[in-house]
Amino acid sequence: MKHKTRKATRHVNQNEGLIFEKSSPGKAAWKLPPLDVPEVDASALLGSSERKDLGNLPEVSEIEIIRHFTRLSTWNYAIDLGMYPLGSCTMKYNPRVNELVVRLDGLANGHPYQPERISQGALRIIKTLSDCLLEITGMDAITLQPAAGAHGELTGLLLVRAYHQSKGAPRKKILIPDSAHGTNPATAAMVGYAVENLKSNAQGMVDVAALTAQMNDDVAALMLTNPNTLGVFEQEIHKIAEIMHAKGGLLYMDGANMNALVGKVRPGDFGVDVMHLNLHKTFSTPHGGGGPGSGPVAVKQILEPFLPTPVAVTRPDGTLAFDYDRPQSVGRVRAFYGNFGMFVRALAYILANGPDGLRQTTEDAVLNANYIRKGLEGAYDLPYSTPSMHEVVFSDKLQAKKGVKTMDIAKRLIDYGFHPYTTAFPLIVPGALMIEPTESESKEEMDLFVEAMRSIAEEVEEDPQTVLDAPHSTRVSRLDETAAARKPVLRWKPGN
Amino acid sequence: MRYLPKSPADRKAMLQAIGARSIDDLFAPIPAEYRLGRDLKVPRQMAESEIVDWFRERARENGDSYATFLGAGAYYHYRPVIIDSLISRGEFLTAYTPYQAEISQGTLQSIFEFQTMICELTSMEVANASMYDGSTAAAEAVMMAVRLTGRRSVVIARSLHPEYREVLTTYAHHQNMPLSTCSFGDDARLNLKELEQSITSDTACVLIQSPNFLGTIEDTTAIAEIAHRKGAMLVVSIAEAVSLGIVEPPRKADVIAMEAQSFGVPLGFGGPYCGVIATRDQFVRQMPGRLVGQTTDRTGKRGFVLTLATREQHIRREKATSNICTNQALVALMVNIFMTIYGKVGLKELAKQNLAKTAYAAAQFSKHTKVLFAGASRFNEFVVQTSEDPYAINSRLLGHKIIGGLPLKKFYPELGNAALWCCTELTTRTAIDTAVGLVAESERSVKATKEEVDAQEVER
Repeated sequence: MKHKTRKATRHVNQNEGLIFEKSSPGKAAWKLPPLDVPEVDASALLGSSERKDLGNLPEVSEIEIIRHFTRLSTWNYAIDLGMYPLGSCTMKYNPRVNELVVRLDGLANGHPYQPERISQGALRIIKTLSDCLLEITGMDAITLQPAAGAHGELTGLLLVRAYHQSKGAPRKKILIPDSAHGTNPATAAMVGYAVENLKSNAQGMVDVAALTAQMNDDVAALMLTNPNTLGVFEQEIHKIAEIMHAKGGLLYMDGANMNALVGKVRPGDFGVDVMHLNLHKTFSTPHGGGGPGSGPVAVKQILEPFLPTPVAVTRPDGTLAFDYDRPQSVGRVRAFYGNFGMFVRALAYILANGPDGLRQTTEDAVLNANYIRKGLEGAYDLPYSTPSMHEVVFSDKLQAKKGVKTMDIAKRLIDYGFHPYTTAFPLIVPGALMIEPTESESKEEMDLFVEAMRSIAEEVEEDPQTVLDAPHSTRVSRLDETAAARKPVLRWKPGN
Repeated sequence: MRYLPKSPADRKAMLQAIGARSIDDLFAPIPAEYRLGRDLKVPRQMAESEIVDWFRERARENGDSYATFLGAGAYYHYRPVIIDSLISRGEFLTAYTPYQAEISQGTLQSIFEFQTMICELTSMEVANASMYDGSTAAAEAVMMAVRLTGRRSVVIARSLHPEYREVLTTYAHHQNMPLSTCSFGDDARLNLKELEQSITSDTACVLIQSPNFLGTIEDTTAIAEIAHRKGAMLVVSIAEAVSLGIVEPPRKADVIAMEAQSFGVPLGFGGPYCGVIATRDQFVRQMPGRLVGQTTDRTGKRGFVLTLATREQHIRREKATSNICTNQALVALMVNIFMTIYGKVGLKELAKQNLAKTAYAAAQFSKHTKVLFAGASRFNEFVVQTSEDPYAINSRLLGHKIIGGLPLKKFYPELGNAALWCCTELTTRTAIDTAVGLVAESERSVKATKEEVDAQEVER
């Protein structure tokens, strides 16, 4: 490597096959206690329903399992290893006390159908978290049932639809800005709405004139991410809300970027009618390699009657309970009450922060994004000069002249010890580099990041091939995704 | 704030570098009238020790150390210690979705192993990387069948988990998918005659659960035959994954929608759990959710990537197979490790213990009261019908630190004073005997009261 790397980069290069390749008959990592009831004859009990063979499940010992997964884990990058600046993903520190409290016996082993009188602890957690989230968002009522952000969107639009239906007609369309996340249009389709694209203006914000022209009685809602995916706060949000409300429409806010707002401004105060939160982004629950998430939906009073069943309520005697008797409800979106384990973690995070910590967190997240923006200006093209909140979007325009694209720069960043930023999104920026540092990065880590990014920009000028061939330091080089999709191999088979 | 890695001097230096006078400059884009000029009304900042104490108190209020006979879609099985040791590694816990394959091979390979083991267990050819849970997996599997057949209506077994039915109703409501219900017979198995009549030329699929909500194992081969003969698909929901250790998988099903919580996932008051969809190769392009595939790198080395993304929302937007993005990856890893631990032999032995405990408990209960649906095989759940309201019996059981079976009145009023009981390998004979004793006592006292009333009537 020509350029000096100041961050640890070298991956552990241990070879590790598939677990099936270590299996041999007679090895075992389990031991059951002796039965305290009589043995049974499975074939007598089950007849033709008895299963004789479990196919190719592995047979391995405990130490092999520990080594297998530990070795695999070393091939992953993680927040615990360093900065993970994925835009709109809010990869912040995942506090370890959250992991401890969620494993406390009464919470980890609580059955969803155990009687309410011995579920007061879980209900208290649900109620306390609900109250905190309502205060943070400035909304009136909430459901914690949705299992992830997209599931929250689905729930939110079901509420929108039920609301309009109660007024006579569900309406036909959802307006979605061209900068939106792909889940927004996919969700609208699932709720039976047509999607109408809304163009952004030169500042990367909603074009208010276009919105005025497109808004009519057929539009059920506008789905808006604020700050939007460029990291820009919609400065005319009050006008946007007014335009929607004047024609009987609702304003939906995708809360993916709530990390820019907590403790500083509340969506409920600027006209939002319904929104979802991502506990796995803003409220520190771990991403775990792709989930689980949790996507609570908060609403204004007008939408409260439609919330999914059940809803947590306080009884006159002060005890907590679930209310199932909600005739106008949109119904259930998930069995039981949602991803409760994520509620515990999110509440632990809120308690660890308090009002001052939450505000400082937001301020630091915005400070960090602007610090990176300043540090990279000049080296990378900034397509929108509008002020940034918690994330900043550059483009590969300067590097593309040398044939180097955003994905190449991202792969080269790996060699410098960082996880890539979000590439090629939002769609309104060709060749986007979307960077969200979150509050969890120190000045030192960000200085290293800026240095790495500037160094790559220089490499593009001097030796673009090094960047095009990156990463050079990982266990595997770039993988053939085309071949993977053309002839899919989606499982191991004996003899493979 | 202890999670924030900056000194006041750092903040000052950074503001200077940016060219801002104060942090307020950076929030200037937010119109002043909306900025919050006060503290949020949330509890004050707590020390770590206070947080632990607060949650310990909640845990104590939450049925800590009760023995349970509850199942009904959430099962209490033993979780081997190394599951948490491994999933607590920051490299798994704090990684994002593995879009950058070169630095996500750990997550990707483990998902590939997960997909493989789910295929082996379900007898299907392809499984996805996870769905939110069993209920949403069932709903998405049905929507998949609708896309595949070009038909719109769905026949649902009444013995499907009632909350799964509710979720499907919610999902189907705005997609022009008419739903009808097929009842169960005296053995709690699907009423096949009724099924024949329910399937029309517009039926996309039949959705059943096996073992079903009442604990009975369905004849999936016969049901598949009926569905297929009429051009409909068969979607089978499996809520108790451990059953797959000893119960034949529904080999004739077209799609299997599973809840894998039983495989090493804590009950956790209902979530997070781990849904999965498995199906035939030929249907993979209509499958929702993420898929990991094997490929090679530039030097020919084996590696894994997320693949067939053209089905997904970030590529296809409103034309995607589903809006799902974040799934249940870390929970799927728990499931994966659990399947690896028990493996080919252990899973069978584990399932056998469930079978034995349940057979014992059902036999004990039937000495004193009615155990319904004895005509068909069951795995680890059964329905007990009592003379007294099961809520009243359960209330007394709580005094013995036992949580009794789930009263079914709310879901199946026609079954009267019935409750769904579940035994797993963790259910002790002592707990079974205590519960049976209390139910026997209840039966005796109801009988005695009845005899007394009868005697009084004779006297009159």
